[in-house]
This record gives sequence, structure tokens and C-alpha cells, in this order.
Amino acid sequence: MAESDIDAGTPKHLADKYAVVGVGETAFMRGNGSGRSTRALGTQAVRAAILDAGLTPADIDGMLSYSNNDSTFAPMIAGDLGIRLNFYMDVYGGGSSTEALVGIAIGVIEAGLCKTVAIFRSMNGFSQVRIGGTGARSAVPVNGDMLHNRAYGWQSAGQSFAPSFMRHMYVYGTRPEQVAMVKVIHSEHASNNPKALYKKRVTVDDVLSSRFIVKPLHLLDCCVETDNACAIIVTRANRARDLRHHPVLIRSVVGRCCKPRADMHFQHGPIERVAGYYGRDILWPNAGVGPEDIDVTGSYDAFTFTTMLQLEDYGFCKKGEGGEYVSDGTMRLGGKRPNNTSGGHLCEGYTHGIAMVIENVRQLRHDIDDSCPLGPDGKRQHTYDYREGGCRQIKDVELSANLGWAMPGTGSAMVMRRA
Amino acid sequence: MALQGDYLGMALTVDELDIENVAYFGYCAKHDFHLQACDSCKLLRYPPTTACPWCAALDSHWVAVEGKGAVHSYAEVHHAIQPAFKGHTPYLILLVDLDTQNGAPTPDEALRVAGNLCTPDGQLAPPEMVAKVGIGTRLRMVFSDVANGLSMPQWTIDETVAQPAPWRYPD
Repeated sequence: MAESDIDAGTPKHLADKYAVVGVGETAFMRGNGSGRSTRALGTQAVRAAILDAGLTPADIDGMLSYSNNDSTFAPMIAGDLGIRLNFYMDVYGGGSSTEALVGIAIGVIEAGLCKTVAIFRSMNGFSQVRIGGTGARSAVPVNGDMLHNRAYGWQSAGQSFAPSFMRHMYVYGTRPEQVAMVKVIHSEHASNNPKALYKKRVTVDDVLSSRFIVKPLHLLDCCVETDNACAIIVTRANRARDLRHHPVLIRSVVGRCCKPRADMHFQHGPIERVAGYYGRDILWPNAGVGPEDIDVTGSYDAFTFTTMLQLEDYGFCKKGEGGEYVSDGTMRLGGKRPNNTSGGHLCEGYTHGIAMVIENVRQLRHDIDDSCPLGPDGKRQHTYDYREGGCRQIKDVELSANLGWAMPGTGSAMVMRRA
Repeated sequence: MALQGDYLGMALTVDELDIENVAYFGYCAKHDFHLQACDSCKLLRYPPTTACPWCAALDSHWVAVEGKGAVHSYAEVHHAIQPAFKGHTPYLILLVDLDTQNGAPTPDEALRVAGNLCTPDGQLAPPEMVAKVGIGTRLRMVFSDVANGLSMPQWTIDETVAQPAPWRYPD
């Protein structure tokens, strides 16, 4: 335990009183798509998470989901699984929702509304509502406040964020080949993740020679839209001790923390600053640990740049030194603090952040789903050999940080600990 | 009265209840650039809002603002998402620091006004013009006429001043 853990002046709201006890997901699909509804995908993912926890549907009495009105609401999924709900809520939003909903789950359990909450995100983000904004989403009517952005061809996530990325390069001298290393490293991790959609390892040259989408973003700086559903189960830590897996405790949560002028954050402060600048003052004191204590990060990689900007503003390196941090090997499996060991949204598949939480839960269980051989107890015997096709379990990992991203002006975060 | 028009094949609408945007685009239609000035703290703000983001006062008045400034940052779109822009790549999305109120209320702020790089007559800029513009480029405001009563503020290179060497993404 860190010194701050026994420092009574450090806030630790509900730290370690709640746990993520179950995780589950469908495959990550492109090509012909999932061929199934978001109801079917969501039902499968929630069911998988319940079974993973060692619970039954009757044990679940709360449900939370998030979507961009491109999914199925919680009562449908609950109905499919015979779950009677004491609480549910379906919220609007994409990235930065998972951690925020974990915080809401803790709050509603603490307030006595329910006891065990399933959180899911289900989307046909490739075959139905393209997350990148192409297809039907690209041609929506342009009304009112949207005249200040969409009418200028300023609509997709990449287009919206690019001025912050560009300004970071200008102010700090950040180089394209440094940022490209985010994709390179995540592709190495994905090569050891049997369920990743893009398992092929790529080079800096591959990234920089891929076509431009919106400068400074090449095609390979952008994540991969997929059809999928993911789910996690949150309940009290004392309950977690009787369940199937080694408990993974929640130490602190930041939920949709915003910069000023969330309506148009470019009007306030440095535009290369992201919400983590504010979120870190909630995340670390409540966790009772600091970035130096963290063994593994899940820094949201909608784009290579988003990983870098969040790691900077949450304090994993000095502001402006993100280019060096993401390219010096720190984030690689076998490095000091691996990031997105699943391959993340750039390589595993795009899930609006929830799969990055699932990955860190499995890391903290010391039970990552790589290709290492199964032992007699049904668990993988990890080799810690991170060569292509090998292991991706981090040895003796104790503390994780997830850094969720909605946009430069809004983010969420969570610290989890192995019990 | 609601504002409506067709721009590059996109239907643009400002509802009549959206009184701040109706007023803003009303000035733009006359090729005037006006912003709200807070009656209480006197600060200008962009884009139009109901209350003052700096002091939360509700009352404001519209003042003429000079449409001049320098590029704070930009995005250069090569793969257009919206059908309207498919035939216009590469195009620039600009955030322009207005000279007016630059560095206020703190040194980190400016009125950062969005727009595309355009020709002086408000058409999206051709590739050779796009290649000249980067962070620091001095710009002046022009307008793209959408319909009777609806125009959009845009930006073009200010040919009347000496241009600093712009910073552009390293090619």
C-alpha cells in the first residue's frame, strides 16, 4: 500500500467496497457484420458476463446501458434473460460512459435501489450505425447549433478532435512517428489476443504510409469500427468474495468529467488540454494512489492521439512529453506500464471503451484470455513470453487505470485493484 | 422566422425559437459579423449562447466585431464523411483566433471562430490555396451565401498583410 493509503487526509470515497465480478462479450465483427440485432448481441454479452461471475439471471436486479440511440434498451435484454429489474437506466453517450456507469452503479447500490448491476454496450457499429459517421449518420439534417460545426464538414470524431491533435504537435513538437507507435504497440498486443479483429503487427511506416483521413490522422491512426456487445457486472466487494473469480475491486471513478465550455471546449484554455487535466484531481485522491503506482493502463484509443493526450493529462508523464512516453517502450507488454494489452480500439475492435475495462479486469484476475496453454484448473499457464502469438498476461499486475474518452472536453476514468 | 437553405446539398435550418442563432445568422446574411457582448462583464462570446459563459448573466447585446485573426489550429480533411463535402477534398476546418479579445479573459483564451478556408467569394478553397495555410496564417472573414437571409461566416487569406510562415503538418 502506498503512503497515501494510510493518510487520513486523502479522500477515498467507497474505495474497494465495490467490485467488477463478471465480464463478457461477443466476437468483434466486420465483413458481413454480426448478422444479428443489437438485442441479440446485448443479450449474449450480458448472459456471458453473468455466467462468468458465477451468478444466475435472478441475481441481477439492476441494469445500465449507453448508446447513441443505436442500440437496444435494458428492459428488452432483461426480459430476454428473465431478469426482474429493481433499477435500470439507458443513457445517451459513447466513449467515457463505461466508467461513469460504474460510478452510477455504485451509487444506486449504495442508495439501496438494487444490489447487482449489469452494464452493457451493444452496437452494430460497422454494419448498421457506423461509429465513424459514414452512411446514414453522415447525412442527418443540420440544425441550429450544428451550423457552427457540421455545416463546415466538421462532424466525425476524427474531424472534431483533429484541431487539438494538430495544436499539440505545434506547441510541443510532437512527431507523427512518435504517435504512430501507439498503433504499432497496440498491434503487437493484438497479435497475442485471439479475439482481436486485426492481429497483424504493423510498423511505423505502415501507419505513416496509410492514406490520410483527416490530417494529422492517417487511416491506421484511427480505430476499427465493429459489431459487438460487451457487458460487466458490478456488485459489493463482500459479495464478490463468494464468486467465481479473484475479486477485482474498484478504487475510484471519474464520470464524464468536463473541461469548461463543454458545448465548445475550444473557447476555454489550451485546446490541446483534455478533460483528464480536471479528472486527475478526482481519480488519484479517491484511489489513494498515483499514476506512478499503476501497472497497466487502458487509455482510450479511438485514435492514436487520444491515448497520448489522456496519459499526459492524467499525469503519467509531463504535459508535452506524451510523444516520448508512447514511443519509448513504456506502453509495450514487458515495458514498465503496458497500455491496452488487448490491442484496444485500434486493433481488437471498437466498443466505446467497455472492452478496455474488461481487459483490465482479466489482467487483474491474472487470467487473461491469450493463447497460453490451459492448466489442470482450467486457467491458462502464462509464459510471459510476449512474442507474436504468445502471452499477454502482465506478471504480478495489481493496479490498473482506465482512461475513457468522449472528446477532448469530456472523459471518465477508473482505478481498479486486485484484491 | 426560421432560417432555411440548401448548402452544398445539405439542408440547413435555424428554428425560430433559437433566437440567438437567428440573430447571429441574421447579421451574417448582411455580411456583418456580430457577437454577443455580456451586459454585465462586457466579454464577447462565441458561438451564440443563452447566458454568458464567463459570468452567467442573461442579458447581452450584439456588437460588430472585426472578422480578422490568425489560425489557432486546423484539420485538413482528405476523406470527407458528409456527401456535401465529397467533391471538395482536401478542405480545411479552421479555428481562428480573432484579434478582438485575444488573450482574454486569460492568456489561454481567444474567440476561436470556426469556418472553412474559402476563396474571397466564399467558395471552398482549391487544393493549391489549402496548401498555403497553417497555424499562424492571417485570415479575414468572408461569407458563403446559402439562401436569402442565410449566410455562413468563412475565412480567406488576408492578402493585405504580410504573412508569417505558417506551421503545417510535416509532409
